[in-house]
Amino acid sequence: MPVWQAMYDEVESRDFLIIAVAQESRGVETAREFIEEANPSYLCLIDQTHQVADLYNMVNVPNAVWIDEFGKIVRPSETAGSHDAFRSMDRQDFSQTDEALDLASRAQATYMDAVKDWATNGATAENAYDVSAAKRHVQLPSESTSLAHANFRLGVYLRLNGKELEGDKFLAAAIDLHPDSWNMFRQAMNLRDIGQVMGLAADQEFFDRVDALGEKRYYPAPNIKGFPSEPGYDPKI
Amino acid sequence: MITVIHEHKTLNIDAQIKEDNLWLSIKDVEQKLGWTMKSEGLCQDDQCIPYPSDMEDEFLNKDHINVSKFWGLMGKHVLHDEMKETWLLGAGHKERSAKLASLDAPDFSLPDIDGQFHSLSDYRGKRIFLTTWSSW
Repeated sequence: MPVWQAMYDEVESRDFLIIAVAQESRGVETAREFIEEANPSYLCLIDQTHQVADLYNMVNVPNAVWIDEFGKIVRPSETAGSHDAFRSMDRQDFSQTDEALDLASRAQATYMDAVKDWATNGATAENAYDVSAAKRHVQLPSESTSLAHANFRLGVYLRLNGKELEGDKFLAAAIDLHPDSWNMFRQAMNLRDIGQVMGLAADQEFFDRVDALGEKRYYPAPNIKGFPSEPGYDPKI
Repeated sequence: MITVIHEHKTLNIDAQIKEDNLWLSIKDVEQKLGWTMKSEGLCQDDQCIPYPSDMEDEFLNKDHINVSKFWGLMGKHVLHDEMKETWLLGAGHKERSAKLASLDAPDFSLPDIDGQFHSLSDYRGKRIFLTTWSSW
């Protein structure tokens, strides 16, 4: 959130707004401490059922979409500048090499500069897609993805309403139907209070799943000029 | 009374459950789900879903309609818990895909930490960087 605030402060146009949506099935109270600590001047909303991920076909956080003044998508869902360099981190204490940290920060800075350019210049910005490019890049959900969102939503509801075990069955079905969704996998771990390491749903099972991706990216690189292309991890591990 | 999760609302509705089918009154379907029964079929805005005329009994029974069957015709997902007390009327991938392919940003309405709701469409006229994060 501090990265978004810094970018927001630098953009002088008041025709620009950041809306940061917490994918947070535990609800407002869990999101509150993070929001109050960051104290952002942009809009923060809480999405208990992950409806934004469902509507925009998002699979991870942070994922972002650029929407123009007319309510049209000019860049469909993609990672908001995160990089796979985290895959080389120490699995116990989450420490990272200077090289990995540098790669991640270059990736984020490149992406944030692209957002800033668009925030200031709109359609003429280098990375704002025209209609045909936006249509080429938008990824549409499959039938199993939409069924996964239905299962996830019912699972969260049942869990939050005293039917934990039954809810977990629907969450498990959602994860099976939509294995690309790290949102579902990690939120379910969080709700079940399993696999938590230093407050994050990032235990060995999580890293095993990440490692199993091999050369496939956890955060597919956004199509932005200058975004680091090196993987930042050894894909054979 | 059962619980129906529909779009972004959670509703308590009187229902008839027959096997795996959810039957709701035409009045509730109109007032709570926003679909109206007409001679052309089940309608919302300019869209009407006709049902096979030789299978009317499976879709209509006096003042009740079989929501499971109609949702199935539309490719929407219907799920329920074991006790059939909680039903989820979900979206299908075709409607989600059609919306995204049109590049019209899907609207939503969500609360801030003070409980005040904001819709994406409230901010039309601004360029919006819509991003997500989480605590987990």
